[in-house]
Amino acid sequence: MKKEIMITLNGEEIRADVEPQWTLLYFLREILGLTGTKEGCGYGECGACTVIVDGKAVNSCLYPIFEADGKKIVTIEGLATESGGLHPLQKAFVDNGAVQCGYCTPGMIMSAKALLDAKPQPTEEEIKDAIAGNFCRCTGYVTIIDAIKAFGKGR
Amino acid sequence: MEWFLTVGQRIPKKDAPLKATGNALYIQDLRLPGMLHGKILYSRYPHAKILNIDTSKAERLPGVKAVMTGSFASALRIGFMKDNPPLKSGKVCSMRDEVAAVAATTPEIADEALGLIDVQYEELSAVFDPIEAMKEGAPLIHEELGSNILKLPWRFIAGDVEQAKKDAAYIVENTYTTPWVTHCCLGTSGCIAAFDINNDLTMYSNTQIPSLAQKDYVDALGALGLKNKKVRVVQSFIGGAFGSKLDTYSYEYIAMLLAFKTRKPVKIVFSREEEFFATSPRQCTITRISQGCTREGALTFREMEMILDNGAYTSWGATTPSVMMLPISSLYKVPSIKYTAQCVYTNNTYSQAMRGYGNPQATFAIESSLDQLAEIAGIDPLEFRRKNANEPGEITPQGFRITTCGLKDCMDEVASRLDWTGKRGRNKGRGVGMASLIHVGGGARVYKSDGCGTIIKMDDFGKVDVFTGATDMGQGSETVIAQMVAETLGVGIEDVTVINNDTDACPWDVGAHASRTTFVAGNAALGAARKIRDHLLEIAAKVLDENPENLDIKKGAIFSTKDKEKNIAIGKILRSAHYSAHGKMMMADYFYDPPNENFDRDFKGNLSVSYAYGTHGVEVEVDRETGQVTVLKYIAAHDVGRAINPMLLEGQIYGAGLMGLGYALGEKMIFEKGKLRNGNFLDYKLLTAKDVPPVEAVIVETIDKDGPFGAKGIGEPGLVPTAPAIANAIYDAVGVRITDLPITAEKVLKALKEKEKRT
Repeated sequence: MKKEIMITLNGEEIRADVEPQWTLLYFLREILGLTGTKEGCGYGECGACTVIVDGKAVNSCLYPIFEADGKKIVTIEGLATESGGLHPLQKAFVDNGAVQCGYCTPGMIMSAKALLDAKPQPTEEEIKDAIAGNFCRCTGYVTIIDAIKAFGKGR
Repeated sequence: MEWFLTVGQRIPKKDAPLKATGNALYIQDLRLPGMLHGKILYSRYPHAKILNIDTSKAERLPGVKAVMTGSFASALRIGFMKDNPPLKSGKVCSMRDEVAAVAATTPEIADEALGLIDVQYEELSAVFDPIEAMKEGAPLIHEELGSNILKLPWRFIAGDVEQAKKDAAYIVENTYTTPWVTHCCLGTSGCIAAFDINNDLTMYSNTQIPSLAQKDYVDALGALGLKNKKVRVVQSFIGGAFGSKLDTYSYEYIAMLLAFKTRKPVKIVFSREEEFFATSPRQCTITRISQGCTREGALTFREMEMILDNGAYTSWGATTPSVMMLPISSLYKVPSIKYTAQCVYTNNTYSQAMRGYGNPQATFAIESSLDQLAEIAGIDPLEFRRKNANEPGEITPQGFRITTCGLKDCMDEVASRLDWTGKRGRNKGRGVGMASLIHVGGGARVYKSDGCGTIIKMDDFGKVDVFTGATDMGQGSETVIAQMVAETLGVGIEDVTVINNDTDACPWDVGAHASRTTFVAGNAALGAARKIRDHLLEIAAKVLDENPENLDIKKGAIFSTKDKEKNIAIGKILRSAHYSAHGKMMMADYFYDPPNENFDRDFKGNLSVSYAYGTHGVEVEVDRETGQVTVLKYIAAHDVGRAINPMLLEGQIYGAGLMGLGYALGEKMIFEKGKLRNGNFLDYKLLTAKDVPPVEAVIVETIDKDGPFGAKGIGEPGLVPTAPAIANAIYDAVGVRITDLPITAEKVLKALKEKEKRT
């Protein structure tokens, strides 16, 4: 049973016919072709698929697409500046060596963004709490925490 | 003092902007027109005869394009001992055995079709414990071999251990065990196989060995009767590898077979569940170790016997004893060595390389045992280690010629930053411990070649394209290579593009293993860059009427070091090279194969041109009520030759360090009768940001004469000594020694209670 939903995706209103079994992740990647959001496990444990829904970081792999109706969604593709440049948070990740294989990076940045939007200058503990649901196997998290801290301090 | 504009700088990883914006394409993100999706049906039993497979229902499902069983391409075998058919027929030997595969128009249809395949089995008795599997009468995994013990010659002897035992003032003996652990790459394994009209194959893959994979695929096509076919390997961005993609696997051949049968591109990407149970992890080991020293604390012998669970089939896991030999023969000066290892088939998953390649298992035993020996000899463990430490100029019992060696410096860095003497030996719930490592740092001649090729070309505007065989899987090789080339050609890092993912364009490389890429691919890039530099200077010398020896290039300009008036932009020289009569193409190639040696029959030989050293030290707090271990401080000091990019280098140390902490304190694949019981991120204890202790990466530079700009390898060393450092610190804190990884709170608590009973 398809249903029409309307969402604001990265600042743009879109309407789409969606199926009840679709997750938000499936919709983003398979229907819209927005592959910046990654799937790492498919059951809400690794955080690679994190996007922001109405200001909160969520695992899009568990998020039913019907639930997204009427909501504001931001994905990694929505972070670039108007001229297409890096968002300052993305730049902080790049400059602090917080990106290695990069598979966790979009989800990690979205978790950090949700935190920083709510709390402009978070403490180290708050940063660790906010990204505790995002696994990274490459960096040992050290430089990721540095990047988020640096961004908080820099503004 | 030399100074550089690019080398030694904290330059961000070149592909980081692409990754941070979600624009990097991983295998998960690739799709080709008309592409089908492949799925694999795995065995229901760890050991069973396959009586019958009925695929008729699956074949009738709309959207299914092919269903395949082991009867298709039944002669194909993979792995270096060729004991593994990609699709099994006759019998299955583990729960990850592939019994059938489907290609369908969507992954969902392929999944549904798997459920319609009816396989009838007759269960066979199975064996999961390598010690049981070694016994007479144990069920045989491969009957034709007549034994579960692999016929591999892992044995190294030096000096006279028996005499040394008689002469030693102090001897310790113990048994150490380590668990199965897995890579947990965030991006799962996958590939797309596509044949063209000539049956030439393109494999889109996240392999870390493009050139060796290409050979594997060519061999497989040959086995299918497709002779002299061309194979192109195109690497997607790789979502982590850590050794997991150092071999080719059944799923790749299954994708190939399905693509061949359907004449469509076929994509297979693992689910997280498959990534856990159907990829090849670091094997579990049982190690008996004995070491001895003189009254003054000079090490005299080291004897080790190891048993490794190989699992049901053979991949590179079975060759990890060759790297275990490094620390066993050559960590500290030990004149007499005896080492034997046996790899044993069982009905478990099968083992493979993982960062460190056997070194972590061996070093856990050596460095834990060393603390025990220091204790009975009555010598502080730091002093004991310093007394026996390796030094430049040494030739070790295995024939390693030690060039640069910063081991003592690493120990001293750790000791001073931990306040070793202030904190050591109080035994009041807090303690400090350390452990060291040796690893290959200048390539490793494990194959006949340890080489890497590079081609560099420059365009008319001074932009540089570097085509390298070296794979980047996140470690930053493309940035480090670009830095070296930029430095040599006097251009900016932004002027250099590294192309490293296509066998049609990139030269040959033996693979991203053995922490060899900075050293080997770096030297290859440097060789090609120097040729281009010579071309440029030669042309500029004519234009500027100056001796080429007096010319230098920096910041995009060639100038005379004698006469400041004589200078010219590189672009002008490049254009004049292309546009003049008898013009010259600004391109150069270089193949660097380091002057290291294969082991001889006795496992002697200078495996690496240079060796990497390091010491880790930790301060821990142990809760006597719960057994919980908290790491209060973690210092990781590494002799890296020269840090080409300190930021990326620290990233390797931090990342490996946390992987080492996971190995020490929590990670373990729990198998029950061959079935993985914790194959998901809920139950497999991967560390999170909340588990990161205060950690410090200390870079010790020794400027290696053979390394590019003096650099040595660092990819693997960072997790090698973590576990013994922690075990030693726990002993210092509460006086219990845990000999079985991971060191869980339960084990510590149990040991504390037993200790209480004894006293």
